Amino acid sequence: MSWFGKLKTALGRSRESLAGVETLAQQRRPLDRDFWDELEEILIAADFGVPTADKILDGLQTVSRQEFWSRSDQAVSRFKQDVRRFLTLPNAALRLSSRPAVILVVGVNGSGKTTTVGKLGRYLSSAGKRVMFVAADTFRAAAAEQLGVWAERCGAEFVRGREGSDPSSVVYDGLAAAKARNVDVVLIDTAGRLQTKSNLMDELKKMRRIIERETGRPPDETLLVVDGTTGQNAISQAKLFNEATALTGVVVTKLDSTAKGGVLVAIVDTLVVPIKFIGLGEGIDELSPFDPATFIDALFASAA
Amino acid sequence: MLEALGERLGAIFQRLGSRGRLTEADVNDVAREVRIALLEADVNLSVAKEFVSAVKEKAVGADVLASLTPAQSVIKIVHDELVALMGGAQARLLFSDAPPTTIMLVGLQGSGKTTHAGKLALRLKEQGRRSLLVAADVYRPAAIAQLQTLGKQIDMPVYTETSNDPVAIARNGVAEAKRLGIPTVIVDTAGRLQIDDALMLELERIKAETKPREILFVADAMTGQEATTVAKGFNDRLGITGIILTKMDGDARGGAALSIFKITGAPIKFVGVGEKLAAMEPFYPDRLASRILGMGDVLTLIEKTQSVYSMEQAQELEAKFRKNEFTLDDFLSQLRQVRKMGSMTDILKMIPGMSKALPKDFAIDDKDINRVEAIICSMTRQERYKPDILNASRRRRIALGSGTQVADVNRLVKQFEQSRQMMKQMGGGKRPRLPTIPGLRAGR
Repeated sequence: MSWFGKLKTALGRSRESLAGVETLAQQRRPLDRDFWDELEEILIAADFGVPTADKILDGLQTVSRQEFWSRSDQAVSRFKQDVRRFLTLPNAALRLSSRPAVILVVGVNGSGKTTTVGKLGRYLSSAGKRVMFVAADTFRAAAAEQLGVWAERCGAEFVRGREGSDPSSVVYDGLAAAKARNVDVVLIDTAGRLQTKSNLMDELKKMRRIIERETGRPPDETLLVVDGTTGQNAISQAKLFNEATALTGVVVTKLDSTAKGGVLVAIVDTLVVPIKFIGLGEGIDELSPFDPATFIDALFASAA
Repeated sequence: MLEALGERLGAIFQRLGSRGRLTEADVNDVAREVRIALLEADVNLSVAKEFVSAVKEKAVGADVLASLTPAQSVIKIVHDELVALMGGAQARLLFSDAPPTTIMLVGLQGSGKTTHAGKLALRLKEQGRRSLLVAADVYRPAAIAQLQTLGKQIDMPVYTETSNDPVAIARNGVAEAKRLGIPTVIVDTAGRLQIDDALMLELERIKAETKPREILFVADAMTGQEATTVAKGFNDRLGITGIILTKMDGDARGGAALSIFKITGAPIKFVGVGEKLAAMEPFYPDRLASRILGMGDVLTLIEKTQSVYSMEQAQELEAKFRKNEFTLDDFLSQLRQVRKMGSMTDILKMIPGMSKALPKDFAIDDKDINRVEAIICSMTRQERYKPDILNASRRRRIALGSGTQVADVNRLVKQFEQSRQMMKQMGGGKRPRLPTIPGLRAGR
């Protein structure tokens, strides 16, 4: 199946929940209070969140007044363009120019960090890169074993520390090994942490400092992994992780499970950091670079 | 947790409170604000709508007109409705008459099933009940190793097989428990989507083979609008008997908690409040409703205090207060006790009115407590008993030893002296109050 076909299938449920938007367009109804209320409800039910939904609707209402639009299909067509514009940010591709390029992967518990590291490793190694995994999750039971299995699956080098050891020391060892073994990309898997635990966020800052000290620059990429089924808490995650580690991108996982892709828009809106990858399923190849245009086309039944 | 929703409602009610009477326009205002607040807290849209119309109906009714202040009565109505929505009274874990009792944990990937299998087993262990943990997640790499590690940590047996048939593993696990006379079996299943037919069928077969007394749906508190769809999917296929709401220790507003019960009819039995295995609490709908409304969570605070303070300790402390013999040493041990109860910010937020009174982004950095601890630990015994002898040279040494600044040491000593002074004034037979904790400032 083509990537677009896969995307379209995976987003089938999101499309259903946004089908109301299409219906609104087809009805070609006047742009009255009821119309805006219905559109707002559809967006909120799709996890856009009240602030982002209101922002989009305010903009739409202004434009529709300026352009003297009278019918819903005009507003809906503009809505799709707006969402696409929202999601399109510069620097959406991975920056891997340094050698070794360092990618730090962070996120809350259970968002899919380890799986994402595994899949990213596969993605990079099939692009001909020599990849190393560093298991800096020394807290969760058997987290390193889990990453080890992924390393085997995609032929990546693998560095781990003892369970309970300081993750920064594992990062240090990993970077030294990466230089010695001449790898192209180092992927660092960190322990899941809730963004409100300041001590754990400090631990991340420390890892970042070690990377800066050892390589002479910040991580080339700091990716936040967000579970696609997350609601408005994703915004708090994005904000607080960004404060602690200066994110360069977001990976949204488990999008095949969610009927509510709207949280992507809310994250990008709040953070102004691009979504770099989306995960659509459990298979090793089911992680793909994020393309706003394709995503919007797959999300809505008819093109923008 | 759900404080943000409380703030939102608090703001509405403060506005209402300044008026004498509740007009229909007021009620509509409240209804709209409550609805938005619920939606921002990730409560499912249809659940929120239904909730709001129920509140509205009752608010316009006679109850409000007969009451003293409209704001109070609206708060009460919203509170009662929230409690009703979350399932009324607290729901307990059910056990079979014929052992072993089988408990099956199901849910999406990453919701916390394996961790909570461990937490559940630890909780049962504390009640004197042994469990056999059954590792039926054969898909996620190292899931079995994770459960084995957890089992080792809490000293409970783990049943594993090299086979990759979860149904057989679950069935054999139950048989093994029967053979060993272990009264509880906790089956950890792989995370899956409710729409994955093959994997849902597998759960149905595990259910048929093991006849679980409880099928607990493990749900991430941070889940958005999708929570209800997922819960409904699992419930339709398996008939879940209860819910464990995980990751409630973050700042998730947990609107999922409001929706899931409504959609499935299954009560929330436990709440996961941290990464440590002891961090799981029973779910109290009334307490949570109070928290939502910013009324504090006094019951939890009282329980937490009871669990770390023994009666003798409290009496000893009281005597010291009276005789003004309270030293920095006592202060340090008191500080350590308080810390056992959890983060200072969380504790403060449980005090009624506090969540409203505190600035929005208020947080006491627990590092401040560590700093105070470090300073006191860098003092000699003599210094701890007689802070008066702390001259400039001693203070410099203490600052150096604790990795702090002399100013930090000065502040701590000064505040300690002040609170001792305060206690002296309160002494003379009156019941002493705990002093403010010196050295703590609002962080962030």
